[in-house]
Amino acid sequence: MEVTRQKLDGLESDLEREKFRAKQMRARDMLRGDLDGKELEDYVQERVLTSTLEKAFDWARGNSMFPLTFGLACCAIEMMSIPGSRLDIARFGFEAFRASPRQADLLILSGRISIKMAPVIRRIYDQMLEPKYVIAMGACSSSMGVFNNYAIVPADKFMPVDVHVPGCPPRPEALMHGIIELRSMVHEDPTLGWRARYSAYGTEEVVPKPAADATGVNVFGAGGTEDEIA
Amino acid sequence: MPDAAGLEKLAAAIGPESVLGTVHTDVRSEISVRPETIVSVLAKLRAESYGDLRSVHGVDYYPEEPRLCVKYEMLSRELLDRVSVSVRVALDDPRVPSVTPDWPTANWPEREAFDMFGIVFEGHPDLRRILMPEDYEGHPQRRDFPIGGEPVIFTHNESSVPGWFE
Amino acid sequence: MTTEARDLSGYRQMEESVTLSEESFVEGDRELLTLNIGPHHPATHGVLRLVVTLDGEIIRDVSPVIGYLHTGIEKTAEVKSYWKAIPVIERMDYLAYYFNGMGYCGAVEKLLGIEVPKRAQYLRVIHLELNRIMSHLVWLGTSALDLGAISVWWYCFREREQLLDLFEMSSGQRMHTRYVQIGGVAEDIPRGWEEKVREFLAIMPERADVYGDLLNKNEIFLQRMRGVCPASAESLRALGVTGPLLRAAGDPWDLRKAMPYSSYEDFEFKIPVGTQGDNYDRYAVRLAEIKESVKIVEQALDGLPEGPCITEDRKVALPPRHELATSMEALIHHFKLVTEGMRVPEGEVYNAIEGPRGEYGVFIRSDGSSKPARVHMRDPSFVNLQATPALVEGHLLSDMIATLAVMDPVIGGVDR
Repeated sequence: MEVTRQKLDGLESDLEREKFRAKQMRARDMLRGDLDGKELEDYVQERVLTSTLEKAFDWARGNSMFPLTFGLACCAIEMMSIPGSRLDIARFGFEAFRASPRQADLLILSGRISIKMAPVIRRIYDQMLEPKYVIAMGACSSSMGVFNNYAIVPADKFMPVDVHVPGCPPRPEALMHGIIELRSMVHEDPTLGWRARYSAYGTEEVVPKPAADATGVNVFGAGGTEDEIA
Repeated sequence: MPDAAGLEKLAAAIGPESVLGTVHTDVRSEISVRPETIVSVLAKLRAESYGDLRSVHGVDYYPEEPRLCVKYEMLSRELLDRVSVSVRVALDDPRVPSVTPDWPTANWPEREAFDMFGIVFEGHPDLRRILMPEDYEGHPQRRDFPIGGEPVIFTHNESSVPGWFE
Repeated sequence: MTTEARDLSGYRQMEESVTLSEESFVEGDRELLTLNIGPHHPATHGVLRLVVTLDGEIIRDVSPVIGYLHTGIEKTAEVKSYWKAIPVIERMDYLAYYFNGMGYCGAVEKLLGIEVPKRAQYLRVIHLELNRIMSHLVWLGTSALDLGAISVWWYCFREREQLLDLFEMSSGQRMHTRYVQIGGVAEDIPRGWEEKVREFLAIMPERADVYGDLLNKNEIFLQRMRGVCPASAESLRALGVTGPLLRAAGDPWDLRKAMPYSSYEDFEFKIPVGTQGDNYDRYAVRLAEIKESVKIVEQALDGLPEGPCITEDRKVALPPRHELATSMEALIHHFKLVTEGMRVPEGEVYNAIEGPRGEYGVFIRSDGSSKPARVHMRDPSFVNLQATPALVEGHLLSDMIATLAVMDPVIGGVDR
């Protein structure tokens, strides 16, 4: 929840203006019930501050994502040309490929996933820290593609995927587009990923709790997020 | 590939006790031998200057019997020639002596044939599944093994594909 | 120890190779360490897994575990008609897609007994050699990257993009072009393509020299490569190793020269061979092969004959577009080919060509129907990778990374 200021001049008809005013009055009434005076001021200020800070976080997060150095098959070769001189993914801040899943934010599934590899990929995904995003690159990892047979499994069967990039293999430009889509998704709202699609709230690996350790200090920082998520 | 006469000569050099027959076409010369003699047959071919084993692979001749077959593609770098050796084994007793001790290159291909067709290579130092997971059941490249996969969903059949909405 | 833990160790034993059990302890308190590398590891070039047994930093045993990219391509090819199986097979060794298509189509052509027009053969050679350059460029870039030389990678991928533009111009796709068809090639080269290729050929030898200059005077690179993990030609030959790995050991075996196919006998080129059989030779042989490939493409472009680019046999190749409007027969052939595919006479064939990594062999068994009854690919990566223990045992762990890089296994080809 955040405070948006809207100019009344922008509204077209009188009817709309009336509706907006009614909404305003209703909101004021709703707030008046619980908080008043300074408390209300504090509440609003806190909300505005945190939401703006979250926006700043999202902006930073979307512009400096660390993909995992992880290649599977043909698509990996096309993925490798992304940091190359022609496309230069560094323009969008995605060039820092990390070899360890612990340091990576983005898993690009570049190629076909065999039934032998699927548990490994799931484990790599579980090792990544929140927030994490997944791009299924190519037909095989999205839908098994041309290899619709006993050995292959699509990524959606065992892990959530945020963006699917079609193609066999997709051109590097297509992967760039997928990455930029992911970036705008993160900018807009990082919770708009697969969790929103599958209503999978509460499945985060580490749910920050206001748990106090022996000295009574809140080790997880600001608490109360669990309720918000739920 | 040797011509028909050359192939017969080669088969004679291997010896009638192990040769079951020869197949000669425009593109292939093949000697089929008894499974239990394969090690000595390849040794004799090596003496006939066929000193390189290029490929070992299984074939399933379903529904013919005996169903399973192992092919050994031999290459002679002196004669610039290729000849193939095949052994056929029945499905209920698919045992072939391993040639890995003599030909180190046969190690993984034999494991692959074991994995994909269930042909047991006796004397192989390390006969395990190689491509499929260790706990996989069945031998996927046999002809009667289903190819697997999923029905592709289009707009015309999406309601008839079970579980499409999940 | 609980039963669960014992079960786990049993699984571990299953995964280890049999040569491992002999020396579990060596003198005093030194203990062997088993280290798992992969399947996800940036230095394994794909999803290869290596279970390495270390004595300090010395490798005592290494057993590659493969199959993490097993795709069932051979099985899938069995349910597709002959010409629809080409795209599936091209995705096997994804750095040598022209070679996969060429090996397969050559095998089917042998079974059908059809003649490929001379122009198609030359066009195939041009594309095969450009593909070889592309494959070696990716290999050089990634191998140098493994040794810490990232700048070579940028240069190699710059040239690779140029090559992929050429592929895209002639076939419409960057990778997996499906350009090689049964009976010829999919389409004649477009206007202006030849000039573009010549432009590329003019700069490529110079660029290869630039890579050489970057690496050959780099002391770190030389120390990581010279005299590291040498192998004799005899031991490699016994392991079935082919391609640049074997030639680096001094064995000049090249199918293009020894058993020519697709008009390779028309061209003059040399086979680079090494003398020591160490990593440096493996690198130098491939760098020299890039230049030889440039020569072959130049000769093929100079001598490119006129004529059709695919066989005139309408039972095998699709009729040209204009015939469909005028000839009923062409329409029937088109319909038959697209719906059912061609029927290939009963028989078996093994067709081998020389790829960038060695011998690509394709075995096809036909039962007379329009679908192959069995397709088997003898992929050089699969066979060459068997030589890893022989090459790296007794050497340092860091040298194994370098050796694995110069061995150039493509996991898509290993696991198929």
